[in-house]
Amino acid sequence: MSRLLDAVEASKNMLVDYVPHSAALGLVVVDAKPGQTWLKVPWNEKLVGNAATGVLHGGVVTTVLDNCAGVSVATALPDMRAIATLDLRIDYMKPAAPGRDVIAWTHCYKVGRNVAFVRGAAYHDDPNDPIATTAMTMMLGPAYGPAGGPGAAGPASGAAPDTTAGGEGTRGRS
Amino acid sequence: MSDGPRGELLPVDRVRALLAGIPYAGFLGITVEEADGGAMVSRLGFAQHIVGNPSLPAIHGGAIGAFLETAAILELLRHVPDGSLPKPINLTIAYLRSAGPHDTFAVATVTKHGRRVANVQAVAWQRDRAKPVASAQGHFLLPGAATG
Repeated sequence: MSRLLDAVEASKNMLVDYVPHSAALGLVVVDAKPGQTWLKVPWNEKLVGNAATGVLHGGVVTTVLDNCAGVSVATALPDMRAIATLDLRIDYMKPAAPGRDVIAWTHCYKVGRNVAFVRGAAYHDDPNDPIATTAMTMMLGPAYGPAGGPGAAGPASGAAPDTTAGGEGTRGRS
Repeated sequence: MSDGPRGELLPVDRVRALLAGIPYAGFLGITVEEADGGAMVSRLGFAQHIVGNPSLPAIHGGAIGAFLETAAILELLRHVPDGSLPKPINLTIAYLRSAGPHDTFAVATVTKHGRRVANVQAVAWQRDRAKPVASAQGHFLLPGAATG
């Protein structure tokens, strides 16, 4: 189990609470395991994309999937590394139902030397009946902090937020 | 600015009025401005609540993606006669640079305006238009297109 995942166990919402935009959206960590993450966007009418229909804006779904993917990559890695989304494709299958929470699930299914690959979906109840599906690639930065792996010291309290934020906010190291 | 097949583009001040129908655009802080030649530029005002990485700091990639999607929708509104909102089918976002603590701007171009589907490209920048922070391409289902 990765050190970040230990931190998840200790304080699940730490993964999003240090990210101001995620806090503003009210994102909640539902579950996490190595390489896979489930986040929830609680219903909020501020996030509606069309006042006439009450349907959630697609950008909200993009944001929660991007954030989710950053966490999935972080928990798939043996070490703390900076993570930056390179590209993100989202397909919208159906509108989110007004008044309902949305769950995002992402799976980091391949970690390369420089790039990690993630797929995922957003849904209400059934992942097989998605609101949207996504495919992303994430750039990986150099490892930082002490070497990881089982038995390694846990992250300092200030370390995990950096990794978390890198999962969705860091855009390259230009 | 692109030429739609449906004649005159909706003026920017009409688009500004339609923005009120998109609560999430208000939440993010998106406004529209008219540029030279009647082109429309969308603006994402910088604010703490759109920050994704406080240590850099950098704007959340999701907020940038949502901004590009909104810029594309707003440009399409100029091409759609009845002002109802097109629905996104898909969107591919390329993140090119870190988006720092500054206002972000975007222009969208309707590449193809079919009867049912439009293809739109959008690009976002901050202080230097020659150094975009992100670009996006997507397909949108147009209002009035038969669905089912």
